This record gives sequence, structure tokens and C-alpha cells, in this order.
Amino acid sequence: MNNASSNSSRYQPALFWFAVLNAIATFLLIGLGGLVTSHEAGMSVPDWPTSYGYNMFALPFKYWQGGAFFEHTHRLLASVVGALTTVLAVWLWFKDSRRWLHWLGVTAFLLVVAQGILGGLRVSWHLDYLGIPHGAVAQTFLVLSCSLAMFTSRWWLAAAPAKAVPGGLRRHVLCVTVLIFVQLLIAATMRHQHAGLAISDFPLAHGKVWPDTTPAAIVDYNAHRPAGTIGNPITAFQVVLQMVHRLVAYVIFLGVAAAAGLAFKKLGGADRLAKATAIWFLLLTLQIGLGAWTIWSNKAADVATLHVMVGALSLLWGALWWIAAERRQRLSV
Amino acid sequence: MKKTFVFACVSAALLAISLHAGDITGTITFKGTAPAERELAPIKEVPDCAALYPGALPKTKFYVVGANGELADVVLSLKGVPAQAAAADLAPAVLDQKGALYSPQIVAIQTGQKLIVKNSDPLVHNVHTKPTANPESNQVQMQGGADLTYTFDKPEPFMKFQCDVHPWMFAWVTVVDNPYFAVSAANGKFVIKNVPPGKYTLVAAHRKLGTQTAEIEVKADGTLQDFTFSPK
Repeated sequence: MNNASSNSSRYQPALFWFAVLNAIATFLLIGLGGLVTSHEAGMSVPDWPTSYGYNMFALPFKYWQGGAFFEHTHRLLASVVGALTTVLAVWLWFKDSRRWLHWLGVTAFLLVVAQGILGGLRVSWHLDYLGIPHGAVAQTFLVLSCSLAMFTSRWWLAAAPAKAVPGGLRRHVLCVTVLIFVQLLIAATMRHQHAGLAISDFPLAHGKVWPDTTPAAIVDYNAHRPAGTIGNPITAFQVVLQMVHRLVAYVIFLGVAAAAGLAFKKLGGADRLAKATAIWFLLLTLQIGLGAWTIWSNKAADVATLHVMVGALSLLWGALWWIAAERRQRLSV
Repeated sequence: MKKTFVFACVSAALLAISLHAGDITGTITFKGTAPAERELAPIKEVPDCAALYPGALPKTKFYVVGANGELADVVLSLKGVPAQAAAADLAPAVLDQKGALYSPQIVAIQTGQKLIVKNSDPLVHNVHTKPTANPESNQVQMQGGADLTYTFDKPEPFMKFQCDVHPWMFAWVTVVDNPYFAVSAANGKFVIKNVPPGKYTLVAAHRKLGTQTAEIEVKADGTLQDFTFSPK
């Protein structure tokens, strides 16, 4: 990526804080997108890029109600993030001397354009499954946005020599982070089934450690769904998918716990990266709790959306940790 | 001259068939205790919809059962009848959006028959069809906006119509590929008119209570067939 000698760029506080603003706006946008799906509002504004025939920025407030409130504000914030990313990409290109960062800025611009098109086509072409890559690209873009903030930070540019981070620990964190991304793909697939909860109890699954997925059992589950459930009938595939989601969650939790243990052992408790793994562990503990609460609340929209946001944060934390660890390794004495 | 003669013969034959066609009538009843309906609480979260209900909120209508067990919203149709799309001049069916609810909730139409969707609300709705056999569509309908018109080419049971702005709004439209169908009324009664004489399988389908069939023979003086549904 780079080393101390090619770090000829100077710290520019305005650029850094603008990148931070873009990263925060992106994280909020993921939350708003989560609310759209949690409220099943993705199709509430059938036209795009107009909204109910109006220019998107001129939709009268009286229409900002029900599902349209979430979908329309999501589109508005997406436009803001698009504008911020464009400004950031241009700013990086002309004002930062690192060529690789120029191209990362361009990548961010292209990614946000692609994300907007994915979202728009999902609505215009009734391609509901596009919600899955739309969610995946959102998470990737969040990591990129936050990385851009990190690369323009005083800490990164100072390039101070640091203690090496063992290769085994770095690889372990990378693997767990990749697994978190896979988990987010599984979760996006689950959420875009529009079938509510395929399994409505936790920690058991339809009263068992592994649920019955025979046709008769599926018929029974559909006949006894919790009151207030809105959605398509559930299928055996969806039941299995949720079980896979649960199992992967446990593996991730153990992986993050192991990362924290390794980090404290290898780096020492005072090391910032070691402390960061402790925060990562707390995030995952919170995420498991939110997952359980999502089930116990029959997928209450706000709880499910918090679960999405903490999932995004878990991915982000692992990715930034790994980038920082790789940076330290290159600067190590 | 020859054409006129053929036309007259065909018309006479059709008239003869219709004169001997019979009606299938019956009553649908419900036995047992219907599951409790739920209040549509999410209405309160949307200010313009809450304003439509200053008093009690409406409830779901999954089981419309009369005082004497009469069951409405059962779709009756005949199995094995040759497919026949609707005549162009067949009166359209009408689905309205009023009080932030679809009315009626259960509709049956023939393939090719027009379905007109109205918006009688002071609200914007999106009319989003979720078919399994026909193409999906999603259209905005502003308050006071023009009626939307649909036709469907393929038969399909209980095609969902939903509004994503108001997620408690649903209607289910059954598309039948022949003219012999009916939906039971609030008094549980149904009539399928002018069925050619013969043996048929009569299908009675309720969205929540399932499907029942009966083997019937339609005669010129009509046929009576009742159904009784119970909770699963």
C-alpha cells in the first residue's frame, strides 16, 4: 500500500474531517437503509429517480409518511453521501500527493454511483433480489469511506515506528472479518426473503436444537406464526438459512474472542490494538444480544435495524483493525 | 345466405345450452371459534391515516363470520373447465382504497377481465401486485388520482395486492380462467350462474382455512352445494 518514504502528503485537517463526515453520513445511511427493509418500505415510492412524479428534492412534506418516509429520506441521504463522496474524491485527487489514494477516491466515487443505480433499478425494474447486492455494496462502501478517513488522519501520516503485530494475529483478524462479511451476505439474503422470521424462538429453533424441516413441519410453522407477522409464507430453505446465520454468528463470536485473547497475549494489555480487540469483542456480544432480541420481539423494525448497524460496525472494526495492524507491521522496528 | 344460416344455427345452439344451463348455489358456514382478529395498530403511526379513525381502529378481516356462522370471502370455482378469457365487454371488477384499507379484501376475476383500482382516500397509495404467475407491477396512485386498470392473462389464486406506504393494507385477487366462479357474500351465500350441464369438481378456497372440493352434477334446474369450514 505505502511505506514511510512515500508518505510525502501532509496532514490536512479540513480534508480529514470532511472524510470523517462522509464516513459518519455513510454509517447513518446504512441505518436508514436498514429501516427501509425492516419496515418493508423499499417499494413504497414506485418511481425513480423521481418520487411520486416530483423531483426527488421537491417532494412535498405531506407525502413523507408511512413507508414513504423511510424510502424517501433514504434516497435524500444517499444523494448527500453521493455528493460528499464526489467532493472527497476530487479533493483527494487534487490536494493529496499519494497516487494510490487518488484511485481509492475514484473507487469510492464509482462505488457510490453503482450503489445508487442498484437501489434505483431495484425499484424501477421490480428486481427485489437486487436488495441483496445493494446491502453488500453498502457495507463495502462503509469500510472504504472509513478507510479514507483513516488514510487522511494525522496518525496515519505521522508514520511513527511501532511494535510489530504478529502475522498469525493479523491473518486471524482478517479471516474473522471476511467471515463477518459472509455473515452480512447471509443476513441480507434472509432480510430480502420478506418472510418475517423463519424461526421465531431462540436459543432453540422451533423448540429443537436443529429444527424439523420436513414439508409437514413447514406447513405447521406457517399455520402458527406469531400474531402480527406480515410476510410471505416461510420455506425450509429460509429455516436452514437462519440456522446457518446462527451457527456462523457463534463461530464469529468465538473468533473475535480468540482474537482478543491472542492480541492481549502477544501485544500486551496496554497496546491500543489489543484494547481495540476488546471493543470488538464487546460489539460482537452486543450483536448476539441484538440478534436474540430481534427474534424475541418478532423482528421489531427498530431492533432489527440496530442489529444491521452493529453488524456493519463489527465488519468495519475488523477491517480497520487489520489495516492499522498491517500499517504498524510495515512501520515496525 | 350460407353464413347467415350458420350463424343462426350456432346462436340457436348457444341459446339452447344457456336455457338448459343451471346455477350452482350454496351456503358456506364456519364451525368452531374463529381466531381473534387483530387491531391494525400501525395505522396510529401514520398521522394522515390516524386522522381517519378518531375512535376505534379497524381490525384484520381474516375470518368474516356472521352471527349464525355464515362465512364470507370464500372463492368458489370449477375445476377442469376449458380455459376461456373474458369477453371484451364484461363489466370490470372494482377494488377501492378507502379508510386506508382495500375494499373488498377478496376479489375474483376472469383472465382478461378488467380490474379497476380506485383511490377514494385523501392519501397517496402505491398499488403493488405480488403475483406468482402474472407479471409484477407497482404504481403510485395519488389522492384524487386516476383509476388504475389491470388485466391478468394467467389464472392465479389469491394474488396479493399491497400498499408499501401503509403496510397493513392487503387485498387478494383470484384470477380464474373461465367464467364460472363466485365469492361468498356476508350471508355465506354464493351463486355461479349459467353453468352448462355436466359433472364438475367444485372448489371452495378460503385464504386462511384452506381448500375443499365437492363432486357435483349440474342440471338445468340448478345444483345446491354447501361447504363447512373449521379452524385448523
